[in-house]
Amino acid sequence: MAIDVRIPTILRPYTGGERSVDGNGSTVSAVIEDLEGRFAGIRERLVDEAGGVRRFVNIYVNDEDIRFTGGLDTSVADDSTIVILPAVAGG
Amino acid sequence: MRFDSLVDSVGNTPLVGLPTLSPSPDVRLWAKLEDHNPTGSIKDRAALAMVEQAEADGLLTPGCTILEPTSGNTGISLAMVASLRGYKLICVMPENTSEERRQLLRMWGADIISSSGVGGSNEAVRVAKGLAAEHPDWVMLYQYGNPANAGAHYRGTAPEILADLPTITHFVAGLGTTGTLMGAGRFFRENKPEVRIVAAEPRYGELVYGLRNLDEGFVPELYDESLIDSRFSVGPRDAVRRVRELINAEGIFAGVSTGAILHAALAQAARCVDAGERADIAFVVADGGWKYLSTGAYEGTLDEAEDRLEGQIWA
Repeated sequence: MAIDVRIPTILRPYTGGERSVDGNGSTVSAVIEDLEGRFAGIRERLVDEAGGVRRFVNIYVNDEDIRFTGGLDTSVADDSTIVILPAVAGG
Repeated sequence: MRFDSLVDSVGNTPLVGLPTLSPSPDVRLWAKLEDHNPTGSIKDRAALAMVEQAEADGLLTPGCTILEPTSGNTGISLAMVASLRGYKLICVMPENTSEERRQLLRMWGADIISSSGVGGSNEAVRVAKGLAAEHPDWVMLYQYGNPANAGAHYRGTAPEILADLPTITHFVAGLGTTGTLMGAGRFFRENKPEVRIVAAEPRYGELVYGLRNLDEGFVPELYDESLIDSRFSVGPRDAVRRVRELINAEGIFAGVSTGAILHAALAQAARCVDAGERADIAFVVADGGWKYLSTGAYEGTLDEAEDRLEGQIWA
């Protein structure tokens, strides 16, 4: 069973318009590498030069922000859902 | 309780236990009822603090016009304070917010400039910044970057909770401007550092994330990641489910964003139960449900409510 990765509107040009794609890997980082193999260019939109999550990108594993769970090294299970979203304001 | 005027009654809200939703006598949930503030939301604290600070700094003088990007509650709170102190208020608000919020703003005398629903509050912030540049005489208090916003919770919300619940282990609040979490987070870091700070962030429909590019993303200037310990993204379905549980089980009629906050609080509670830890989890009831009746969140099935909230800024 693959990991369900939800793609925001703004990154769908990379996935051929798909809003949800399957990913494989045991960490967020590995899943992003897996996606990069099929959707070239997507990694650079998510990960900055220093190897961290880009400032205006939020990545959640099972609804929890990975910045507080180990960053890109956060482990994922086969039934996990990864949600990628641009950062937006509230208030 | 007697106060000299309405603004003097801001804060000192009740903290009530949740005997039914708390999972066990060792893992307890407590609701901080911020709907008890004068205009019915936690934003009264930030609005009053920002106006008082601007007055003290000499930025706001009688007859001034205040400009603010807001999805509703901050605008309503500012409108009340501004009307009592003789300021004019212009709010920049996304078009996809509930009709009640617009009516309340107009009732307290504010003018509303609508911004596009695409991009949500990001777009309201962008429009307001443009207007501020065009009208240097207008005073933008700017809740996303104004330290007085966080300061209201550092001085009010958090110490009130600690006084009422000295055994607190977790504080859970919504993440919008980040003011509540930053102020309370800093207070607990300094005064009871073992308290874990949990953020609940509303996850909207796609329209709100329909930015032209990722660089249009927005992180409030107030935000300091080191002051929180975990951050949950909560969609409308879970928010609606929890807000209904809150009224059914505990009789508390809260706004939809509080459902998202309760969802994160219950997730934290479940983890504490699994780990065999004692916990006293305080969470914020940001406002009452009145302003959201027209969204359809409180009627019909969860599927229907979720469909109706699609595309709306419900928090």
